[in-house]
Amino acid sequence: MSGKVYITGTGIISSTGQNCKEVLDSLLSSRSGIGNLTLIDSVHKDEIPVAEVKASNELLKQLAGVPHRETWSRTSLLGLIAVREALASSGFTDSPGIRKGIISATTVGGMDRTERFYKHFRKNNCHGRLRDVITHDMGDSTEKIAGACGIKDIVTTISTACSSSANSILLGSRLISSGILDMVVAGGADSLTLFTLNGFNSLMILDKRGCKPFDDDRNGLTLGEGAGYLVLESEQSVERSGRKALAVVSGYGNACDAFHQTASSPDGDGAFLSMKKALTRAQLDPSEINYINAHGTGTRNNDLSEGRAIERLFASSVPPFSSTKAYTGHTLGAAGGIEAVFSVMAITEKCIWPSLHFSRPMNELKFVPEGNLIRNANVRNVLSNSFGFGGNNTSLIFTGI
Amino acid sequence: MEAYINGYSSISPQNSFTEEMFLQEPRDYNGVRFLKCVEPQYTGLLDPMAARRMSRIIKMGVTAAMRCLKNAGLEKPGAIITGTGMGCVEDTGRFLSSIYENEEKLLNPTPFIQSTHNTVAATIALMLKCNGYNSTYGHRGFSFETALLDALMLLAEGEADEILAGALDELTPDLFTITDRLGFWKKEPVNNLRLGEYKTHGSIAGEGVAFLALSRNKTEKSVAAITSVRTLFNPEGFDEVEELLKNQAKPNLVILGINGDNEGDRLYQKLRSGIFSNIPALYYKHLCGEYDTSTAFATTLAARIIKDQHVPEIMKTDDHHYGTINNILIYNHLRNRDHSSIVVSSC
Repeated sequence: MSGKVYITGTGIISSTGQNCKEVLDSLLSSRSGIGNLTLIDSVHKDEIPVAEVKASNELLKQLAGVPHRETWSRTSLLGLIAVREALASSGFTDSPGIRKGIISATTVGGMDRTERFYKHFRKNNCHGRLRDVITHDMGDSTEKIAGACGIKDIVTTISTACSSSANSILLGSRLISSGILDMVVAGGADSLTLFTLNGFNSLMILDKRGCKPFDDDRNGLTLGEGAGYLVLESEQSVERSGRKALAVVSGYGNACDAFHQTASSPDGDGAFLSMKKALTRAQLDPSEINYINAHGTGTRNNDLSEGRAIERLFASSVPPFSSTKAYTGHTLGAAGGIEAVFSVMAITEKCIWPSLHFSRPMNELKFVPEGNLIRNANVRNVLSNSFGFGGNNTSLIFTGI
Repeated sequence: MEAYINGYSSISPQNSFTEEMFLQEPRDYNGVRFLKCVEPQYTGLLDPMAARRMSRIIKMGVTAAMRCLKNAGLEKPGAIITGTGMGCVEDTGRFLSSIYENEEKLLNPTPFIQSTHNTVAATIALMLKCNGYNSTYGHRGFSFETALLDALMLLAEGEADEILAGALDELTPDLFTITDRLGFWKKEPVNNLRLGEYKTHGSIAGEGVAFLALSRNKTEKSVAAITSVRTLFNPEGFDEVEELLKNQAKPNLVILGINGDNEGDRLYQKLRSGIFSNIPALYYKHLCGEYDTSTAFATTLAARIIKDQHVPEIMKTDDHHYGTINNILIYNHLRNRDHSSIVVSSC
């Protein structure tokens, strides 16, 4: 069995907006969500910019409809808000016998709460509030969301660093395509934490001016937070409901760079392979891709390696491409989900999103990212890349109806 | 969907890595509240330079993975998939601690890099130069199960012919302290081999690493096959659990996740007097302790039982006549939320 995978709903929350409408507004008005760190107490708060969702956990609880007294990690709250929006916008209505799943992705899980716990625990291991640590593991956020949405059949979490939520959309698509599930919510969520802020800072790959993807002067990424999910349904499920789908997931490819634990290979072997696999799966020629939403983190290494892989695959006819990370920051385990929503929006809004903060072409590449918003573009097939530590590379292709 | 098991390997609190006879002479731990893995001597198994930078879970993971491939006579799989409930706990703790100790300044990035859940799957790919599909699941009691499901789907899709699939979880002193405070473990020290007899609250903590070499094709190496993987999250009633276990090949025996917790074990009892009545039941958590991915160890035991057509005395919970063993159903639940079944069949 190999059925089509319809996208019927999208949900998003990021530094650029708390729902699809707000986020789309930001995309259309080239408004970046990068700014000062205000919600985490860190010694780096005045020197390292981030892309925060400007809402306290209490406010997020209200948005998510979570009771005040319950302990939820920030990742779970961000996730539930986006999942609720995705489900509502899909118009999905449950009926007996429908098999439903949720594939969520995260890299920090409940680390924000673990940090509160650990501050006390490290001094005395009888200290630290247990309710701050029971949300630590990756599965917690997915189970919280699954519980709130009544999903039981397949509930799981993917954690492949920065490609995590691209892999959840990949797995979700395969579960629909193979007929195992009728409907699946797939995407990911990650919150900003002291752990990741210091982790990426220790690797010296955070640009203190804010990220500048594919710019010759780029000097690192900017961390962000948020969540992005798609509702995927089978052909029968869409026919049954009579709703109109937004787009389809037409291709996906996962490959491992197998080069280095954190660095990408100079010619982007893994990136090349994952894009090629996605094209093969979609039965598309490279010339049929209308827009590439690149991984484009803004690190010296990623953008060169990804750029070279794109050049290898598309040769002299590279389609319009951009990285939207100067809008949202790099949201790690949420990035693939957020950028999947951006890719669907590119198709439905007929737009090509700009690479903000781009000014100087990279010496090593023959092509440049789109610096300005392009409207009324013919966007039928969008390729979206997500690459992670460990060389975990995943590419997705979205196609208009 | 099915996958032939062409090789397997595990590192567990038993001598499962080094001793062929580990089930005949199980390790008897007296007065314990947790079980730790019996680690092999890594000299000769791992490059000493590389090993120096590896945490315990990476060393165990890589070593079991390489042995598994060797057992299967496989040089490079087409895909690598792992599952881990808690990930690389030791490195996560090391980096977290350094943030506070050094007040966020001049931190060593190595534990951060190695703290991600996909570290072991990525390290194996790096060592083998394996550019194929690579993924990692981190979801409590479904971590291994969804890794297996993914593998079965990949084989059916033709994405890969040979897959290395496994699971890993490590127990650290901090993780034990925290989960102990959460009330997961028995307060009284026990004898592991009598875990099923205590009828008190809680289990004993454990850890382990297990890998399977799965194949689309039956070869002379094939010892058994995975024929079904199912999961169920948060069932509202017992009938949902029964539904999960119905409509698959009738098992000749079941391997249950009995962990000594009087409350959690009640569910297994209920099944034994219901749909599992007249089916011999085995258990395994007295050998490895309780952890998120213990079903991976159970799967290697099931493969072994099918291969040998012999039921180890130490796993039995009752006196039964054992005929030909064609289908073994592994049923486990993690704190009554994550329920799973895996069927291992003869091939």
